[in-house]
Amino acid sequence: MTTATTTANPLAGAAGAGKPFTLIRHSAALAKRSLLKTMRTPEALIDVTLQPVIFLLLFTYVFGGAIAGSQSAYLRYLLPGILAQTIAMSATAIGVNMNTDISKGVFDRFRSLPIARSAPLVGAVLADFVRYALVAVITLGVGYAMGFRIATDPLRAGAGLLVAATFALALSWVSVFIGMLARTPGAVQGFMFLLVLPLSFGSSTFVQANTLPGWLQAFVNVNPITHLAGLSRSLFLGGPVAGHFFWTAGWIIGLTAVFMPLALRAYGRKV
Amino acid sequence: MTTYAIEAEGLQKSFGETKALAGVDLFAKPGTVHAVLGPNGAGKTTSVRILATLIRADAGSARIGGYDVVKQAERVRATIGLTGQYASVDEDLTGLENMELIGRLLDLSKRDARARAAELLEWFDLTEAAKRPAKTYSGGMRRRLDLAASLVGRPSVIFLDEPTTGLDPAKREDMWGVVRQLVGEGSTVLLTTQYLEEADALADEVTVIDRGRVIAHDTPLGLKRVVGGQTLTVQPADPARLADAAALLQQVSGSKAESPRQGVVAVPVKDDSALTETVARLHAAGIGVHELSLHLPSLDEVFFTLVGRRAGDDKPAGGGAHADPDDGEGSGNGDGDRNASASAPLTV
Ligand SMILES: Nc1ncnc2c1ncn2[C@@H]1O[C@H](COP(=O)(O)OP(=O)(O)O)[C@@H](O)[C@H]1O
Ligand SMILES: [Mg+2]
Repeated sequence: MTTATTTANPLAGAAGAGKPFTLIRHSAALAKRSLLKTMRTPEALIDVTLQPVIFLLLFTYVFGGAIAGSQSAYLRYLLPGILAQTIAMSATAIGVNMNTDISKGVFDRFRSLPIARSAPLVGAVLADFVRYALVAVITLGVGYAMGFRIATDPLRAGAGLLVAATFALALSWVSVFIGMLARTPGAVQGFMFLLVLPLSFGSSTFVQANTLPGWLQAFVNVNPITHLAGLSRSLFLGGPVAGHFFWTAGWIIGLTAVFMPLALRAYGRKV
Repeated sequence: MTTYAIEAEGLQKSFGETKALAGVDLFAKPGTVHAVLGPNGAGKTTSVRILATLIRADAGSARIGGYDVVKQAERVRATIGLTGQYASVDEDLTGLENMELIGRLLDLSKRDARARAAELLEWFDLTEAAKRPAKTYSGGMRRRLDLAASLVGRPSVIFLDEPTTGLDPAKREDMWGVVRQLVGEGSTVLLTTQYLEEADALADEVTVIDRGRVIAHDTPLGLKRVVGGQTLTVQPADPARLADAAALLQQVSGSKAESPRQGVVAVPVKDDSALTETVARLHAAGIGVHELSLHLPSLDEVFFTLVGRRAGDDKPAGGGAHADPDDGEGSGNGDGDRNASASAPLTV
């Protein structure tokens, strides 16, 4: 009898070993499941569809005139930021979903199957990327209907979306880590909300940093969402890229370096 | 070389302070049903989860079809089907989607996954509900879906953790039929249960566990022999005839009749023939009955015989058969030890 040893590394599943396509196929099947669940759960669907639209409409038409003088000027400012931020923030759901699967016993079912141990995690990430694409299409669609236009080129706009998705992936590790530690899905949700709320509103997404009081500016200027939104704005509309890019890249590398090992270790213990 | 489909030796597992398993051995031959019988908290689920590669034992080893559950977990997973104590179906997906997902994860083609799903849903009487989300299912339907999901890959070793707990008698019989069919097709089934009756009906061999220890391993027949066969219970329609009924039972069985509850008398009997004889004699004596039953001892009674205390109780009942060997030691020796350990800190 031959040996198929499993190691402590959760990404080294023996079923997928030497057969990367197997892992991709299994992950795709699990991603499809995740998306089916999103379609059937109104709250989850609203998060990726209605929420960015409501933010766009609300802020543009209610506050736009007051903040930027004109609604069309504010829409230009707002949309790239909202887009990047919504993509980044949808990463918080992955930990909630995985925690739900564990507490409902669905994970046990997956773990009793001869699939790579990483497949459920990779599947969840794949499904998230599909959700990001959905957010982008909807937000840009509504934005275009409201009069927004990309001022650069599709390539740079695409790069903007890619950076947002990469940041989201980095934030996913925080979410997965919390998801593996917390006792209930509600606890993960609550923690991620507390983390994300100040990041979201203490940023330059809605207003320029220099309109804020000094103490808040200090926070806003190091907040990754500020730089992600700024980078997105530059890539959609033109403008200096480097400063925001280095800040964003730094945050992505930092979050990934710290939380990816933590998340994978916690995941490995559960899988 | 392997003669056992399931073999576990010296399994130990602690959760914090709780010692869930304190050295459990289990052996099941291929193509047989092995029952793990024990009360709540005995360690049944923990044993199953170790064997199914979901958790790791702190000590001991286990092999499924010859594959080590730790070192060859992937092989084990390709061999087994697991139906846990609580259904692990995805409630947002339909029955069919749940089944197809498992098929796809087991590398069936789309078409084969669908065909296998349809076949199993049909077998478990879920065809009509196949397109409804599992959250609309009743508890029994969810359980059947869960069992169906564990059979997609035609596993040769199947774990069923308390498959009939909470099912009504008719549904229990259905489940027993399923187990018999699976074994008839060559699978090995390990099921856990709290009912001796279930172990008796299905199992080739039974391992009785309590508080993480094996307290008996036997065939159902052997086990019944130890715990004293069956109990015949009579409730006379006229309470005034209780004494007559008791005397009659005593004659039939040769044992003294006891009264387990008000208005009821019971005796242990060796075999079924006592039932027909009792019926005839009751009739001849003109004693009408409300209840007349022949049943196997409950788990409680099994435990009382095996370990001298009720299942789940912490203390031995009235100094019964269960005695900690250390308790028998002379007290002088124990005192000496205690003195030695008490003085130890002073000398350090
Ligand atoms: N995850 C866990 N954390 C803490 N204690 C546990 C856990 N799982 C089981 N136990 C404890 O281990 C013992 C055995 O549990 P279990 O195997 O579920 O028994 P059974 O399935 O026979 O009812 C019980 O005392 C139970 O409380
Ligand atoms: Mg249990």
